[in-house]
Amino acid sequence: MPALDFSAIFTEHYRWLLITGLAMTLLLFVLCWVGAMAVGILLTIVRMVPFRPLELLVWAYVEYQRNVPLLVHLFVWYFGIPQLLPYSANDFINSHNSELIFAVIAIALYQAAYISEDLRSGIRTLPKVQFEAARAMGFTFLGSLRWIILPQAMRNSLPPLVNQTLLLFKATSLAAVIGVAELTYQARLIENETYRIFESFSVITVAYLAGTMPLIWLGSRLSRNNASRTR
Amino acid sequence: MWQVFSENWEFFLLGTYPRGPIGGLAMTLIIAVVSLAITFPFAIGVALLRGSKSVWVRRACEAYTTLIRGCPLLMLLLWIYFFLPQLLGFPLSPFTTLVIAIVFFQTAYLSEVIRGGIEALHKGQTEAALALGLKRWMIIWKIILPQALYNVIPGILNQFTSVIKETSLAYVIALGEVTYSASQVNGILMTRPMEVYMVLAALYFVLCFSLTQIAGLLDRRIARNRSAVR
Repeated sequence: MPALDFSAIFTEHYRWLLITGLAMTLLLFVLCWVGAMAVGILLTIVRMVPFRPLELLVWAYVEYQRNVPLLVHLFVWYFGIPQLLPYSANDFINSHNSELIFAVIAIALYQAAYISEDLRSGIRTLPKVQFEAARAMGFTFLGSLRWIILPQAMRNSLPPLVNQTLLLFKATSLAAVIGVAELTYQARLIENETYRIFESFSVITVAYLAGTMPLIWLGSRLSRNNASRTR
Repeated sequence: MWQVFSENWEFFLLGTYPRGPIGGLAMTLIIAVVSLAITFPFAIGVALLRGSKSVWVRRACEAYTTLIRGCPLLMLLLWIYFFLPQLLGFPLSPFTTLVIAIVFFQTAYLSEVIRGGIEALHKGQTEAALALGLKRWMIIWKIILPQALYNVIPGILNQFTSVIKETSLAYVIALGEVTYSASQVNGILMTRPMEVYMVLAALYFVLCFSLTQIAGLLDRRIARNRSAVR
């Protein structure tokens, strides 16, 4: 094993690679989080509509997302979907960082299924009269969701949502497999060029832990608080 | 989609060239079973040590689980794939690499599941056993673990589906399980990626969905048994 030498991977070139990698990971994370949250909330609302086929559809979607590995979702989107798209669409996507676009779609849709499940269990802990009272007060269906149900459900499911955020942050590393130039990808690139395995992986390990540790701390704090409040 | 599967089912299920004799879905299952079998005793150990008398042992175990929770599995896999051989001085096969990574990763998660089972047990169990004069290891071995493990069977099954999903990372280190086989099929057919990867997704779905359904069934049955006892 060669002696440790961190300066070898902090030359200007490699430093730039790491910085762009970090920026890409953060960009992926933010886009996926917003997408997953939006789709997750949408799924939860659709599931509450008392219409059986719609419910079944959402159920099937959630089960499909949860029982297939994320890597396979990424492959379906990145390799499979372009086969179905017309030429012009592929042209457009390919000239706009297709890896990033498909990675965001795949990860967001995957995590959305988990988020919708967490929100649903948050809603299920609310007494049904909350909804009925809201309707009786003259709120519309969507209005009662927006003003009465969702705010309470969100608070109930805050600890699991923080946990999903943590999982999502870790999941962004898989985008490296289809070639998104984020942290993991850049670390492999640097390792490949310099043979500095320990150094390059240490840097990204520290970066990932810096992102995940606060989330873990927040998650355990929130679940402790919630537990004491309901008692 | 069906055509792709019926013409290449050997590849998907058994996988041959170039890393025979076994690959494909069979390899996925082998990796998953082997990893879980090795994980199991470690996870029990960590779960028990979380309840140790020594603060330092408890803290060390907690630090380990927290650290693992904070690391992406892909990164762990790359550490083991590239760095561990350098540290050990001899190469590791992709199979060993993946199994080590999953064991390292899943021990943290499975130990949490088992710990949940242990903590859910009534305190009177331990106290009664102590009153009967049983030794500490006897209490753990004969009283606590059998009940705790029985109660978390569904949790363990769910963890098994997670392991199956995690084996897809074998693709990254070119180990010929089903995701890798599918990408080989894709390479041969060239023009039909959507069908190939939908077949792959369907295979995982059938496997994992049936496992989670069984887990749900067992969960309900165990909950019923428990409420019947009370």
